Amino acid sequence: MAKDHANGPEELESLIKEVLEAYPEKARKKRAKHLAVTTATDEAPDPVTGIASNCDAAKSNIKSVPGVMTIRGCAYAGSKGVVWGPIKDMVHISHGPVGCGQYSWSQRRNYYVGETGVDSFVTMQFTTDFQEKDIVFGGDKKLEKTIDEINGLFPLANGITVQSECPIGLIGDDIEAVAKKKHKDIGKTIVPVRCEGFRGVSQSLGHHIANDAVRDWIFEKPESEAAKSYEPGPYDVNIIGDYNIGGDAWASRILLEEIGLSVVGCWSGDATLAEMERAPKARLNLIHCYRSMNYICRYMEEKYAIGWMEYNFFGPTQIAASLRAIAAQFDATIQENAEKVIAKYQPLVDAVLAKYRPRLEGKSVMLYVGGLRPRHVVTAYDDLGMVIAGTGYEFAHADDYKRTGHYVKEGTLIYDDVTGYELEKFIERVRPDLVGSGIKEKYPVQKMGIPFRQMHSWDYSGPYHGYDGFAIFARDMDMAINNPVWGLFDAPWLAAPAALAAE
Amino acid sequence: MPQSADKVLDHAPLFQQPEYREMLANKKLKFECGHTAETITQIGDWTKSWEYREKNLAREAVTINPAKACQPVGAVFAAQGYEGTLPFVHGSQGCVAYYRSHLSRHFKEPSSAVSSSMTEDAAVFGGLTNLIEGLANARALYKPAMIAVSTTCMAEVIGDDLNSFIQKAKEAESVPGDYPVPFAHTPAFVGSHVDGYDNMQKGILHQFWHGAVREPGTSINIIPGFDGFAVANNREIKRMLDAMGVEFTFLGDVSDVYDTPSDGQFRMFDGGTTLAAAKDAINAKATLSMQAFCSPKTLDYVRDTGQETAVFNYPMGVGATDAFLMKVSELTGRAIPDSLARDRGRLIDAMADSQAYLHGKTFSIFGDPDFVLGMAKFIMEMGGEPVHCLATNGSKKWAKQMKELLASSPFGHQGQVWEGKDLWHMRSFLMTEPTDFLIGSSYGKYLERDTGIPLIRLTFPIFDRHHHHRFPTWGYQGGLTVLVKILDAVFLKLDTATSGIGETDYSFDLTR
Repeated sequence: MAKDHANGPEELESLIKEVLEAYPEKARKKRAKHLAVTTATDEAPDPVTGIASNCDAAKSNIKSVPGVMTIRGCAYAGSKGVVWGPIKDMVHISHGPVGCGQYSWSQRRNYYVGETGVDSFVTMQFTTDFQEKDIVFGGDKKLEKTIDEINGLFPLANGITVQSECPIGLIGDDIEAVAKKKHKDIGKTIVPVRCEGFRGVSQSLGHHIANDAVRDWIFEKPESEAAKSYEPGPYDVNIIGDYNIGGDAWASRILLEEIGLSVVGCWSGDATLAEMERAPKARLNLIHCYRSMNYICRYMEEKYAIGWMEYNFFGPTQIAASLRAIAAQFDATIQENAEKVIAKYQPLVDAVLAKYRPRLEGKSVMLYVGGLRPRHVVTAYDDLGMVIAGTGYEFAHADDYKRTGHYVKEGTLIYDDVTGYELEKFIERVRPDLVGSGIKEKYPVQKMGIPFRQMHSWDYSGPYHGYDGFAIFARDMDMAINNPVWGLFDAPWLAAPAALAAE
Repeated sequence: MPQSADKVLDHAPLFQQPEYREMLANKKLKFECGHTAETITQIGDWTKSWEYREKNLAREAVTINPAKACQPVGAVFAAQGYEGTLPFVHGSQGCVAYYRSHLSRHFKEPSSAVSSSMTEDAAVFGGLTNLIEGLANARALYKPAMIAVSTTCMAEVIGDDLNSFIQKAKEAESVPGDYPVPFAHTPAFVGSHVDGYDNMQKGILHQFWHGAVREPGTSINIIPGFDGFAVANNREIKRMLDAMGVEFTFLGDVSDVYDTPSDGQFRMFDGGTTLAAAKDAINAKATLSMQAFCSPKTLDYVRDTGQETAVFNYPMGVGATDAFLMKVSELTGRAIPDSLARDRGRLIDAMADSQAYLHGKTFSIFGDPDFVLGMAKFIMEMGGEPVHCLATNGSKKWAKQMKELLASSPFGHQGQVWEGKDLWHMRSFLMTEPTDFLIGSSYGKYLERDTGIPLIRLTFPIFDRHHHHRFPTWGYQGGLTVLVKILDAVFLKLDTATSGIGETDYSFDLTR
């Protein structure tokens, strides 16, 4: 019988070649640089995962090829959607036409506690709703008026950000001047962000621009009362790059507090402006999503001499390793606490693994996600006995792929800025037991009869961070893979007669 | 410890556990620097006042929680209704990711579209190269029968001209000269998604009809408009037209596109109006638009070919369906068969059975202009009373028509028309002049939470309830679906209000 599933490095290499054949020559050359199979390396294996592979083959962070159905978003999505949007006590204006704010309204599940419309504004859509006259005559006056109206209707908003959509940078508006002027008028923090969607090649530049705006319009301004009045403690840390999707940051915070640390700021899930302003008072920056917030950590290191370290709270192996690594930055008390916390949660971990691992052991997974997840969640799958067949990033840079080599084994399929066509062909031929990607990929994959979980929004579940989150993660993967619906796809009367006869 | 393997708690119950409640209370106290509970209550109460409503209505610049999207998503949706058609949006790529997500979240189905992925260099030099490369790549990879091009605001601001660009792309052999590449300029800063739908429909008809000679026939064309219930509504219209024996063509039909089966195969393209049928449609006797505000330009173009046209406003309920069928009958000379008269009678039967629960109930309605018109009309037929009728993308013309509709029935006497207003305005209306129910999209759930007024989800987008769009809301049978959804909300409200044991449950009636 003909084998129609690709398996093993050589077959994956030839699968890549085959998929590339569909492209016109110029596009084929470009796309070839983004597809690879990980190879062996002489580097020492990662101490936690025990893995080292060469994952540097793929080109990344370059322009998408037109017309191919890239899954990527834009700089606005990176700034408003990711970095700034979750800050709850500020109003974030989608400055320009109505669409960008509308499509991103309440879609990232950045959980927060607060009275929406009174002192919190995350799940609201504020827009200057540009009309033709705003394009022709400029939108600065409308922006000024918008800020005044917001200040009048939402007096408890502690600040305002201006999230630029494409036209702003094209029509020559001076949003920085407006921000300065209105700051003088109303006395609140106003942050102009130049995150027009055409800048850069993906969400990634939007993260960087958003980080720079934190630097320029919060850190490099006179220190706020909230920051001045804060008395730093020896165990103060910031959580950086956790957007509290489905409550991730809360499931992380609880562990950090349990080992005795004090989380001054959580960037930016469930954050307030004060948490942003006070961050420089902390001793250490703990960074979860490296891709979207490493910039500001480097800045804080340089300006305030605050160290930073990456950690990973997906799955018990990484959680324990991360807790120990974090504790190692502090004194013996914290280190002892970390051991106690790890021991405390071990029975939960054991029970989760006893229940779910037998149901998931050996199942293969293909991932295609954003910032940190294409590598960070790998060990969580590994904890459940699952195997990564392929992974890729929407907007990674070379340093992300370098790090990925510590997570995925030799012979893993890697796809950068994958196109709809490539992903469909890869999935069709690898036929993994589970695909983890986004809403645009969910329904095509499920129609192919392959279980799927959204790994941006946690498919409306979560949290997945921390020990509490791992139990949910395991449950969700089990639900996805072992639901009876996947067995119903083939109509019994359509089964091939030959197969029936052979039985 | 709050979590266990036996009973895994996810976000909703997990964060209600004491460990998390304490943690969050501590965070608020020590780190958030928020306002005092007293201030929050005071301001919160103020946002519910008439004074706040006046201030809110005085807004001139900021839009808050609008119930509208931008043109290109309408263009993408219109294009998807044609056989093998790939929507191609010229401009920044993030927009396309947004449209696809938006449509998928509602339909729970794949939504395919590509972008020309313009970046900073294209902003300076124009996007011609992107379009040339993009068309060739899209055609090679996805083998569409047609590529329908629309624009994002970026391409509009820099002034890319699609007509000449597509011409040049064909000269550069990006796609063959005779390959159909209809197009529409769809600036996001003009109108809304309903206008994008209109512009793309016109573009596609122009592609097939330009230069063709019309040979007047007897069939009719149907333009469904931008409709989140299109899957079932288009099928229901077809069923009724088939019952009448009418020859017809849907101009853009997503009913199979957004409803492919799960059988192991992903069908990027399935169903849709065939290109041959679209071409032939010029010969129709008349074109009927189910949503007037989704098709003004398209119908102007249709009339120029010599066809008759007729418009409806999202025909829900008895009178609107009657009017539609009678118009079809008038245009085609086909009688309305007894089977449809019986459908009609069954809807009336159900309405009569339930009228006591609907009579005098008040409703606030928001959505696209045609939807609000159609919904208010049906509500009044049930004896309900529309109060706040709001369309963020409603024009002065819509407001006039809406007022005329309300004036046409004694049940419309409370009606207030809010064109161009948003859902933050609606919050003020509901706080100061509450109604029994709210009808709209999923965006209304925040209003339901803030005001306690039950939301009935009957229009796009519906993200947080599944599969409603698989049942029709148009025609007599659709009327039944709508009636039952409204009744369910009425009965649930009644049961909830009477479920207090030993307090209100004397009215917790078994039979209603």
